[in-house]
Amino acid sequence: MASITLKNIVKKYDDGYPAVNDVSLEIDDGEFVILVGPSGCGKSTVLRMIVGLEDITEGDLLIGGDRVNEKAPRERNLAMVFQNYALYPHLTVFENIAFPMRLTKGKFTEEQVRENVDRAATMLELTEHLDRKPGNLSGGQRQRVAMGRAIVRDANAFLFDEPLSNLDAKLRGQMRSEIAQLQRRLNTTSVYVTHDQTEAMTLGDRVAVLKKGILQQVASPRELYEQPANLFVAGFIGAPSMNFLPGTVKTSDTGGDVLSTPLGDIELREDTARAGQGREIVLAGIRPEFFEDAATMDQGRKSSGSLVRIDVSRTEWLGNEQYVYVDYENDPRVRDALQNLAHEMDAEDLRTQLVVAVDSSSRLRGGDEAELWIDTGRIHLFDPETGENLTRDAEAGAELTRMAAEDRQRDAERMAAKGA
Amino acid sequence: MASAKGLTGRQKLGWTVVTVLVLLYALFPVAAIFANSFKTQADLGNPAFWPSNWTWENYEMIFVGSAQELFLTALRNSIGITLIATFIAVVLATLCAYAIARMDFPGKKFILGTALAVSIFPVISVVTPLFNLWRTIGLYDTWPGLIIPYLSLTLPISIWTLAAFFRQIPWELEQAAQVDGATQWQAFRKAIVPLAAPGVFTTAIIAFFIAWNDFVYGISLTSTEAARPVPAALAFFTGASQFEEPTGAISAAAIVVTIPVVVLVLLFQRQIVSGLTQGAVKG
Repeated sequence: MASITLKNIVKKYDDGYPAVNDVSLEIDDGEFVILVGPSGCGKSTVLRMIVGLEDITEGDLLIGGDRVNEKAPRERNLAMVFQNYALYPHLTVFENIAFPMRLTKGKFTEEQVRENVDRAATMLELTEHLDRKPGNLSGGQRQRVAMGRAIVRDANAFLFDEPLSNLDAKLRGQMRSEIAQLQRRLNTTSVYVTHDQTEAMTLGDRVAVLKKGILQQVASPRELYEQPANLFVAGFIGAPSMNFLPGTVKTSDTGGDVLSTPLGDIELREDTARAGQGREIVLAGIRPEFFEDAATMDQGRKSSGSLVRIDVSRTEWLGNEQYVYVDYENDPRVRDALQNLAHEMDAEDLRTQLVVAVDSSSRLRGGDEAELWIDTGRIHLFDPETGENLTRDAEAGAELTRMAAEDRQRDAERMAAKGA
Repeated sequence: MASAKGLTGRQKLGWTVVTVLVLLYALFPVAAIFANSFKTQADLGNPAFWPSNWTWENYEMIFVGSAQELFLTALRNSIGITLIATFIAVVLATLCAYAIARMDFPGKKFILGTALAVSIFPVISVVTPLFNLWRTIGLYDTWPGLIIPYLSLTLPISIWTLAAFFRQIPWELEQAAQVDGATQWQAFRKAIVPLAAPGVFTTAIIAFFIAWNDFVYGISLTSTEAARPVPAALAFFTGASQFEEPTGAISAAAIVVTIPVVVLVLLFQRQIVSGLTQGAVKG
């Protein structure tokens, strides 16, 4: 077990294009860090540089405090789970798992090999498949064999390269929780690459968001969600994505600060308004769940937010909640910025549709006119040009990440107590 | 043949007819030689396809009779030279193809291009200068004197076949092995070679055929029984008298030298076809 430190890591390919640009990241011993971003953001390249399959153009990579830039993969003592599992098809499951131990000649006796493989197989429920060849296994079983090969030796860290992307949705959920439990049990430093923000949020102690080779933000899932650093992080994290409403901060007739948007005026908190003041146009980031149907909500909370009247385009009732879609006319001044954002996030296209999550008891239907309540205290304002979050509270964010670190500490202690 | 399942009766009939025609076309000469090898000297002029009297006479002649010495030493030369040439070609081609498929180095395209150029170079134009050169340096009429030219025939095609084969093996396997603690050589030997075995067998068989069937080098670069291979030796068969063509003996010898080829294919058929890479990655 060891910490991993990336210092100003740069990866340039022969054509000079920096696939990874100046990435610095500290991964503590035992921490589970997720690298997330849309395809082509350089997340896999970072992972492959850590494991040593890709050369580092500039910067330093430290494992357990030692610089390992020039070391071959086998000298770094890391274990990796590949996206397509990379099992050895000519070997049985047993020999696949035993493979890393077989390579260290003389270090393990035959008995120790058997013991270690059996323990890993028990942990992963593979005992009855040990004599089979990978070709005869299901996707989930192959995935487990790949993990078995990783955990069987005392590796400094586990690296996962989109390990669940080849599984179907149900199995993916199951394997996700298995990976989380396994990591907690072994308390081994782990780096996990994915493009799926759900995996990132559920697995990570901290999540590093990458865009075009540049690190956008490294924080706990909660901080990413509550205090995103910029438009990209805000849009990428959370499903359904955050809504971005164009607007201008004005003083209303009654003297309060309002954001004038295509939906109408939204009252703003004083500090939020101050951040957006003096700008021609800003983007208001409002998550779907910041909305409520004014008709069904708790009436006592109404005064703490702002109300807007909208025309419902259509609704989707999912049982536990309900999505309301509202079409609006977009402001031409932010069209480019939003189009660009959609492109960066690999999203379909620019949406001029508001997604609102309301209580499932709400009876709104397409064609209705309705009143929506907005939790204005959680609105963030973004600069459409730079994407910068104008209302980010860095301290509150850091507090959220500190809490996540404490949670991890608690988990580790609990596991240690159980093991002892 | 997974695709054959979807064929209608009519299509099946069509394919059967085509297959039979191709088989007839390919096998008729073999059958004719086979039939000739069992004919007596007198029977050879007979236009009937099958011999009127089946006889082992021709086989006796090449194995224990007058042509024995000529044929058996030639057979020994052929087997020895071909096996050595095949072995060297496959080992060199495996290493070379692996480097071409997996590593980036300057001159990679050049190697492949040269290999292709060599393989399309007409053998007959090389043979005269080679004859002179071999005589000067003492390789004429020796085993190495044939093995080296055979390498020039077998290496290019081996490199191309194997490079194509190596490219199909998922690279992750090797990377996984390296992460698991293997050196590049160990990764090659433990993860790649077992998977490449079918490809290596296929290549070995192709290389073997090429060297086995060669006639031009065999006849031009040898003068005695020291190195003369079977295809060349056949031309030196003589009949019982100078007015008799040794057709029967040649046919018998031709059938005998065809046997190793058939045996090889039957032996390695399974290795060639086996889909060892199944399950390496998500299938």
